[in-house]
Parts: sequence; structure tokens; C-alpha cells
Amino acid sequence: MASIKGSRKRGVALHLVLVVGLLISVFPFYWAVIMSTHASTEIFSYPPKLLPGSHFAENVRHLFDNVDFFGSMANSLLVAGTVTFLVLFFDSLAAFVFAKFRFPGRRFLFALMMAIFMVPAQLQAIPQFVIMAKLGWIGSMTALVVPAAANAFGIFWMRQYMRSAIHDELLDASKLDGAGFLRQYWHVALPVVRPGLAFLGIFTFMGQWNDYAWPLIALTDPHNVTLQVALSQLNGVHGTTDYGMVMTGALLALLPLLAVFAIGAKQIIGDLGKGAIR
Amino acid sequence: MATAPVVETHPAPLAAAPAPHPKKGVLSHWRLYAAISPFYLLFLAFGLIPVGFSLYLSFHRWDGLGAMEYAGLSQYRYLLADGQFWSSIGNTVVIWALATFPMIFLAMVTAVMLNSAVRFKNVYRFAFFLPNVTSIVAVAIIFGSVFSTNFGLVNALLQAVGLDQVAWLNTPWGIKVAIATLMTWQWTGYNAIIFLAGLQTIPGELYEAARMDGAGPVQTFFRITLPLLRPVLLFVLVISTVTGLQSFSEPQVLLQTTDNNSSFAGGPGHAGQTMVLYFFQQTFDNNDFGYGAAVAWGIFLVVVLFSIVNWRLVQRRGED
Repeated sequence: MASIKGSRKRGVALHLVLVVGLLISVFPFYWAVIMSTHASTEIFSYPPKLLPGSHFAENVRHLFDNVDFFGSMANSLLVAGTVTFLVLFFDSLAAFVFAKFRFPGRRFLFALMMAIFMVPAQLQAIPQFVIMAKLGWIGSMTALVVPAAANAFGIFWMRQYMRSAIHDELLDASKLDGAGFLRQYWHVALPVVRPGLAFLGIFTFMGQWNDYAWPLIALTDPHNVTLQVALSQLNGVHGTTDYGMVMTGALLALLPLLAVFAIGAKQIIGDLGKGAIR
Repeated sequence: MATAPVVETHPAPLAAAPAPHPKKGVLSHWRLYAAISPFYLLFLAFGLIPVGFSLYLSFHRWDGLGAMEYAGLSQYRYLLADGQFWSSIGNTVVIWALATFPMIFLAMVTAVMLNSAVRFKNVYRFAFFLPNVTSIVAVAIIFGSVFSTNFGLVNALLQAVGLDQVAWLNTPWGIKVAIATLMTWQWTGYNAIIFLAGLQTIPGELYEAARMDGAGPVQTFFRITLPLLRPVLLFVLVISTVTGLQSFSEPQVLLQTTDNNSSFAGGPGHAGQTMVLYFFQQTFDNNDFGYGAAVAWGIFLVVVLFSIVNWRLVQRRGED
């Protein structure tokens, strides 16, 4: 490929192509800003508006009148936050065991976990729904949190991380000092693998925040839903009439996630690549 | 295998195992089993039992409320003759192909360019990855407006250059192109980052040697980059297949208002109804849990078949 000392012209052409790609990646966000700052009557006119308008406040007011935006955002925060906390704890604990200990059945249990990884969600959806209906969880956030509290991906990811990051000598030394299993986990393992936990935490939070199919089915009370489901309802009811408002909802729902991504981008992008070529 | 007393053959320094007498065996490790148990308990309750139950269900008729009625193989017989299921497979595969091949091509081109352009690399990576972290619901709403017939941006562009408008979300091909465009937009950057990580493992000396031998950029790409990138390509292809064939949210949000009876109908003429949308319609709109379970197993089979074909294709090319 073009070496670093390649001709200047070539470098400019390269950046030109990359900038086009960058604009395509970012454009839909800009488009959402335009749509959410115009009244719906303006949106339906030709030629399309390409600059932001002045109706944002009005659209926001319509939005809050039509949907319990902060209520569903609180639900999303509750679900994503709780799941992230539980996943970080359960996955890292299990990963620590698989990475650093030998015990009967270890290989079998690990292989079983990786096989589970492959089972598609539809095969589980009906029975999950039936089981949760029996437990009385349907319609509540419990139905979202409990099945997501530990997962094969996170255990696998943290195990790979811990195998190289935690040195056996450290564990041996702590054992000589009389540390038991839990103290080794808490005081030796966790401090070393903080970057790995950061990746898993951000990844889990974003995945839960964006989750849609299962919440759509499990949250049967239309007044008590997560943000994604609320947004979809809004689009279903007003999507053909009040576009400005629906767009405002879509835009506002993106903001918390973009904030999380902006904070953790380096970690996410870097570790994602490492995970794929491992 | 679960009863094998010692898995490893050589007694490497066991980091913190309490050095048990062989006879104490399994029980002495109770802390370790307790530590990994949450995942397996959840898996049992919400994974293994459900999968078994859905197999059982697929041999029954059940509306979720009344009594279950044994139906033998009739659900599967019905499935094989169900035109709407077959056309949902067709829709899924067409959308998947329309999205995946441009996406892999664009991702690879992007990765190769990023691998050579040193300046602003982090800015590009951030921007290209951005589409992937945004929620499908929000993105589908935004794309719905971009592809809208009356005020959409795409049609405005067509009009500006003197072409006829296209009723994107009302015609069979328009629907598929719109969904595939959304997917391509959302996943190209993600896969480019993965390809880039793969490219960075290729030693620079190889390119240096190729340059000395007088190889041009195209030759270098096909002789060095592509062969060495094959494992990563396989990874990307398998992940894209498994997720792409199970697409649900994109068509659901994009086309939910087009049918008054079901938000899972997939647009006019079911042209955007993927396999998973059909599963949701049969199960949760028609309350046909037995047939829904049979559909789920049908989907599973299609996904497995496609994954095997993908695997074979990429592997065989590796042997040439």
C-alpha cells in the first residue's frame, strides 16, 4: 500500500475519500438535528431544509406531551445500569475461575458455555415469555434484567484478558499471605483488569440501552417501557404526521449513548479490534 | 468428561487451588463452582430449558392460554408448505446479500486506507464507528425519513437531477434497498475497525519485500494483504451472517406503520418481512406458540446452513 513517504497527491486523494466516508457516517445525525429543529409542515415542503430551523423547543414540548420521555429514560438507565453492574461482577468472577484455576469439569463447562453462545434468541423467546409470565415478571423491568445478568461473551472476553494480565506469582504470593478465593478475586485480580472491565462495562451498557426486540415483547404495559420501545411507539403513532417531534425523540434518546461512547471510544475501538484477531 | 478428576496431565503450579488430596475431589472446589454458578443457573432457567421446551412446543398446538394439544409433525409439515415463510427466507437472504457484500468491500477499502493514512487516524476511526453504537430504533426512524416518498432526502436528490421519485418504502425492491442501506451504514465502520486490527498484525517487512520485487499496490493487496487477512475475513463473514440473517429491528421500526393488523408484517406485500419478523408475527400477534416454535427451528436451520456454506467458501479459497 501507499507507504508513508508516498506522493503528496496520493495522500490528499486518500484523505478526500476518507472524508467522504466520514461525512456519510455523520450525516444522518445532522439530518436528525435538521428535522428536529423544524415544524412538521416545513419538513413536508420541497426543497428539503438543509440548515437547522427554530422549532426545536416546540418539538421538545410536543414530545414531552405525547410520551413519558423521562420515565422511560429512567427505566432504560435502571435496566442498563443494573445489568452492567451484575454482568461485570458475575462475568469477571466466573472468568477469574476459568482463567486461573483447575478443577474437575473445567473444560467441559467452558465448552458448554461457548456452545450456548451460538443458540439463537428466537429458540428461547417463547418459553422465556411463558416462564416469566408464570413468575409474574412480564411487564416489569425484572424480565429484562434477570436473563441478562451474566453472559457467555463477557466471561469469554474477561477470561482471555485475565489469562495474560494476572500473573500466577501474584496469586501464589497472596495465597502465602493467607488470602482466600474471594480476597484474591477482589484485591489481586480486579485491580489488574480494570481496563478490561471498562470495555465490558461500556459494551454491556450500550447493548442494553439499545436493546429492542425482547423489551418490545416483555414490556406489555405501554406506559411502563424502556426508551427504545417508547420511541418505537411514538414512531408508530405519530410517524406519519408529526415528524419533527418523532425526530426530536430519536435525537434526545441518542444523546446519553453518544456521551458514553465519547468517554469510552478509545477503549471500545481499540479492544474490539484486539478481540477479533486474538 | 465432567467426572474426570484431573483435567491437566502435568501438575503445573496451581495458582490458588487448595491443593486437595485426590479423594476430596469435587467438593474441595466448591468455591470455584459457586463462583461460576450464576451463569449456569441463568442458562438453565432461560437457555437450556427454553430450548428444550421450544422443541416440545413445536410438536404441539398452543395459544399460550388453553390446553396444549399434541400435533405430531403437522407444524413442520405446514411450515414446509408455508409460502409466506419461504418468501420471508427469500427477503432475509436478499437483504442480507444487499447489505453484506457492499459492506465487506467498503470496510476492507476503508481499513486499507486507514492503515496507510497516518494523520487523523483516530478521528476517522471515531467517526466511522459512531453509526454502530447508535440505537437501531433511532437510526431506523431517521432512515425512514431519508427514504420517505414525499419529503425524503433521497427522492429530493433524484428530483434535483431530473429523475423520477421512487416509492422506496412501498415497493418490494425499494424496501429491501432501504433496509440494506441502513445496515451497511451501521456496520461498515465496525467491520473496518476489525479489518484494520487485522492489517496491523501484518509485518511491514512483507510489504517492503514486495515493493523491492516491484509489486504494485493491487498485486500486493491480492498476494499479501488478502491471504493474511483471511481469518479476520472469516470472522467478519460469520458474524455478519449470523446477525444479518436474524435481522428484526431495522425492518420492524422502518415498516411498523404499514399494516394495521400487525407491526411485524414487514411492509406492503410483506416485502420487508424477514424470518424473525415472521416468527414474531406468528407467535406474538397470532398467539400461535406451537407454530412459532416450529418457525424458530426453521430459522435456526437456515442460519446454521448459511454459516457452514460461508465457512466452506472461505476455507476452500484458502487452500488454493
